[in-house]
Amino acid sequence: MSTVERPPAPVLPLYEPAKIPGGAPSKVDPPPGADLITVNFGPNHPSTHGVLRLIVTLDGEVVVGLDADIGYVHTGFEKNFEQKTYWKGIPYSPRMDYVAFFANELAYVGAVEKLIEIDVPPRAQWIRMLFAELNRIHSHLIYLGTSAVEMGALSVFFYCLRERDSVLDLFEMATGVRMHDRYPQFGGVAEDLPKGFYAECRRFLAEMPKRIDEYLDLLAGNPVWKSRYQGIGTIDAETAIAMGLSGPNLRGSGVPYDIRRAEPYLAYDQVQFDVITRDKGDAYDRFMCRTLEMYESVKIVEQCLDSMPSGPVMSDDRKYVLPPRHELHTSMESLIHHFKLVTEGFRAPPGQLYHPIESPRGEFGCYLVSDGGTKPWRIHFRAPSFVSLQSTAMMSVNRYVGDMIVVVGSLDGVMGEADR
Amino acid sequence: MTTDELAAAVTKAVPESVTAHEDGLDMPTLTVAAAKLVEVATYLRDKQGKNFLSAVSAVDYLGYGDDVAGYFGTERGRDVNSPGSWGSPMTVAAPAKRFAVRYHLAHVGDGPTDRVRLQVWLDDGEEVPTVVGVWPTADWHEREQYDLMGIVFTGHPNLKRLIMPTDWAGHPLRKDYPIGGEPVQFTDAV
Repeated sequence: MSTVERPPAPVLPLYEPAKIPGGAPSKVDPPPGADLITVNFGPNHPSTHGVLRLIVTLDGEVVVGLDADIGYVHTGFEKNFEQKTYWKGIPYSPRMDYVAFFANELAYVGAVEKLIEIDVPPRAQWIRMLFAELNRIHSHLIYLGTSAVEMGALSVFFYCLRERDSVLDLFEMATGVRMHDRYPQFGGVAEDLPKGFYAECRRFLAEMPKRIDEYLDLLAGNPVWKSRYQGIGTIDAETAIAMGLSGPNLRGSGVPYDIRRAEPYLAYDQVQFDVITRDKGDAYDRFMCRTLEMYESVKIVEQCLDSMPSGPVMSDDRKYVLPPRHELHTSMESLIHHFKLVTEGFRAPPGQLYHPIESPRGEFGCYLVSDGGTKPWRIHFRAPSFVSLQSTAMMSVNRYVGDMIVVVGSLDGVMGEADR
Repeated sequence: MTTDELAAAVTKAVPESVTAHEDGLDMPTLTVAAAKLVEVATYLRDKQGKNFLSAVSAVDYLGYGDDVAGYFGTERGRDVNSPGSWGSPMTVAAPAKRFAVRYHLAHVGDGPTDRVRLQVWLDDGEEVPTVVGVWPTADWHEREQYDLMGIVFTGHPNLKRLIMPTDWAGHPLRKDYPIGGEPVQFTDAV
């Protein structure tokens, strides 16, 4: 029996910021050399958060080359939008990023509203903000749960899903469905908040900070978690901006770029919240940014409940907004408007605009071109997952395979949004 | 900085680069000659602080405005207080060429984001230089537009299909790409 001599494990430096490789920045070519093995991770790999394919070249257990491939859940959302009137596009939008569904709807609805210059009543703005923040909590909980599962911390996943269910209960209460709600409409939201929502929401808000404390107790100081997360996937601020990172991925590198603060939409200029930043730019800092952001979202939702104005939740501009149901029985004009809006849709003035909002994953932008017809001429979504997954390669090379899993998890990509 | 000032500053730095400019509904929009794009991009990044490329969006204008008739409204939408402005037919401005490639830029750091849009007009078969050297994030953005719209970015280090299968024929977001009824991949699969 002969023993196999194992080469000594490579000594990996800590806190080495990622540098942009030459050539294609989103791909790292392996060095020419013998004894390399190319392994195909995905597209169906439990650790890739959906159908992400990573073509990894390994030297032993160390990643030396990486090329990411996406597109496995491409469903042609942008082409579909071009075939639908503006109204019919709303249910499509949440299905792109199925974790941050409400943010996608807001971006699309906001872009169209800007184009047709419709006034949204203040109460509708606040209701939208309330659900946008609940959705942010939902999205960060999914991130936390799934990335903990990848590290083997299965119980955290169950805790996170428990709170996520409470958020979805609130969505169900107001919108009738748990996800993909079609709640924001052009000119406002579909319905006012139901009876009992405030009490239920306050119960959740009283509970949630304690739960976040628990997650931090479980993970933030946990030596296993720290050893797997600290110093992994480090990216410095300059590289992060150059690679187009946004949201918690960028704030983890110390850049306080938050569209809620930089270009306030809805009523974000009327609420108090902190923009959480960390400065090392590693996976641990991105994890901390997301987790601490949940506290801020709870704060914003509280302020929404406290100071939400009363009034209508839908604009009364009947050229764009469906008339209330009861009017259809008594008013001929309402019937005509209803018929025209449902069958033909409304015409939007020609033009182009880009409407960015702060989705849980970063800058989610909706670029809209109209030719004056009832359908968008071209719609393009700036998906933060699509952009952030470009950095997988530069963050993963010269690390162990296990660290690559942490990198992909910490970027928090949702493939439905990346592929659209 | 107003759009006029910005256009003047860019023209001063890179002569004969900006062919038109407008305020736009959302942000200043500069129309740039394709040959000067990289110079303009470098100038905007280094001297105007546009360090963040949000998105690269290509638009196909084939048949733009053909099916639109009887648009009611004014140039900036509809004026509810003057009903006389309704019913006036309006034609949309004809596009300069078939394709437009638009770059949405922003400043990330201290101060306001100051978004700016660059647009380059292209005919079928014309190419636009890559801006990967200016903003590395353009890598996948340009590959996506190449894949779905068929815009060729000259000098891109890895211009391959990103979203569609590598052996796909055609570019699905073009307006002359057939919709429905045509045989697709796996049609003959049993």
